[in-house]
Amino acid sequence: MPVEIDIAKVAKLARIALTDEEQETYGRQLADILEHAARVQALATDGVKPTSHPLTMVNAFRPDEVTGSLPRDEVLAMAPDAVDGYFRVPKILDEQ
Amino acid sequence: MTWEAVIGLETHVELQTASKMFCGCPVDFGDEPNTAVCPVCLGLPGALPVPNEQAIEGILSIGAALNCTLTESSLFYRKNYFYPDLPKNYQISQYTFPLCLGGHLDVDIDGTVTRIGITRVHMEEDTGKSTHVGRSGRIQSADHTLLDFNRSGVPLVEIVTEPDIRSADEARVYGTELQRIVRALGVSDARLEEGSMRFDSNVSIRPSGSTELGTRTEVKNVNSLRSLHRAITFEIERQIEVVESGGTVDQETRHWNEDLGTTTSMRNKEESEDYRYFQEPDLLPLHIDVSWQERVRAALPVLPAELRNRYRQAGADARTAEILVDGEGLGPLFEEAAVLGADPRAVGIWLTGEVISFTRTAETAVTTTPLTAAHLVELSEMTADGRLSATAAKEVLTAVLEGEGAPGEIADARDLIQVSDVGAIETEVDAVIAEHLDAFEKLRAGDPKTLGFLTGQVMRATGGKADPRVVQELLRRKAGG
Ligand SMILES: [Zn+2]
Repeated sequence: MPVEIDIAKVAKLARIALTDEEQETYGRQLADILEHAARVQALATDGVKPTSHPLTMVNAFRPDEVTGSLPRDEVLAMAPDAVDGYFRVPKILDEQ
Repeated sequence: MTWEAVIGLETHVELQTASKMFCGCPVDFGDEPNTAVCPVCLGLPGALPVPNEQAIEGILSIGAALNCTLTESSLFYRKNYFYPDLPKNYQISQYTFPLCLGGHLDVDIDGTVTRIGITRVHMEEDTGKSTHVGRSGRIQSADHTLLDFNRSGVPLVEIVTEPDIRSADEARVYGTELQRIVRALGVSDARLEEGSMRFDSNVSIRPSGSTELGTRTEVKNVNSLRSLHRAITFEIERQIEVVESGGTVDQETRHWNEDLGTTTSMRNKEESEDYRYFQEPDLLPLHIDVSWQERVRAALPVLPAELRNRYRQAGADARTAEILVDGEGLGPLFEEAAVLGADPRAVGIWLTGEVISFTRTAETAVTTTPLTAAHLVELSEMTADGRLSATAAKEVLTAVLEGEGAPGEIADARDLIQVSDVGAIETEVDAVIAEHLDAFEKLRAGDPKTLGFLTGQVMRATGGKADPRVVQELLRRKAGG
């Protein structure tokens, strides 16, 4: 059963620029994966306990304690641009 | 045609835990940008989140207080979108299996109670803060965006209502009550102006009587309960105008502008939101077993609605009960005084009048003043038996608040005790009648104005110390009225 996939939309949502060739290749690969999932989904699972997570453990918590943060200089040094203790990025909204 | 508004609210509440939701950075981080950040809340590759147990306790108490089902099995999801203040490009949130489902909150407007359904309450993390800098300061013409990730990863609870709200008034009362509840639970200071409580409103209109839903807009950026009311009022009127002039309402996000008092359209997204939610693989499922659920419910404090009921049963009117709940320390003082036999009506008037204005001016709570329930009882007794006039009682109360002592001492020291001894007052009344026979004849003839005049004369003769009620009673009796 072939699975339709809008690879251009998927790429756009993920902010990945793909060439036509890449769209073709990745589109085919993704479709294969979805087809496999569809085959698994078609299996009769009556009597099989539903699984919501591959691990059987639950509730891995940490106590509400402050354990410290990174020095700001180190943090900002990783960024392409910073000013006055802030990360600086290009403007995010276009002129209206 | 008359129109009906259909409103649903989404409320975000930041929890005041010590550390963030998924890392050990502090939540109370001060003003310096990017000083409370680590690999987890900066979204650095390979960093792994671990949920804060106290935050889970916090959201469960909110859910329980809102009468929700606390779900036994719950999951975290990734909500994927791109925005500079979201360093991972996804927000850890909940989707299909939130921690709390299906509750309600009753709002009371002048005695009419409306039940607002709560669809869900879920756990997520806050984003960083962006500041748009540029020539004009307007977002659209900004040159750059500055990012501070101190807030990134602060525990955030989202509370979503059913579209059960029908007016801006109901929305404001719902917001006020939710704020009271969150504060009573001690999980957040819930301050709108500082952003620790934020309201987004989904607003649509439909012809009155219709059961269909109209196209809704989402109104953002209100930073007080007053602006919530203003923004919704504006948006309802704007939509009615659009529809009545033949247009259609666009589904869009609109930005409330406090200074202009209007909502304006945010740039339309190129395509509809597609958050591609999927289960967060870095986190284990949550399992809130029945004993945990029961422990949360048992630990709930007395909630504002129940307190208001209690104060009303103790003799406060609706408005007084509300003020008693909102003013720190006022309610317990009222209850204690009422139990000790004070007149609840008088105590209500004092607490919501003199006491509140005193604590406001002094910028303190009543619990830090010398005023006790015993003082209120004494004051109540002195007023009831006529030793203190209503005006004198207020003066004495203020003096008690200022630390001058107990009401009896203060009234004596300030010579405020009025004479209620009928025999003593009658002597003065007879003297005044003898002096103003004309006026007294008019009173006998049924002219009510002379009662005030004669009472005034007696009060003057006694230096203001006679109980005016006793004076009037005597004058009426003597005039045969
Ligand atoms: Zn952190």
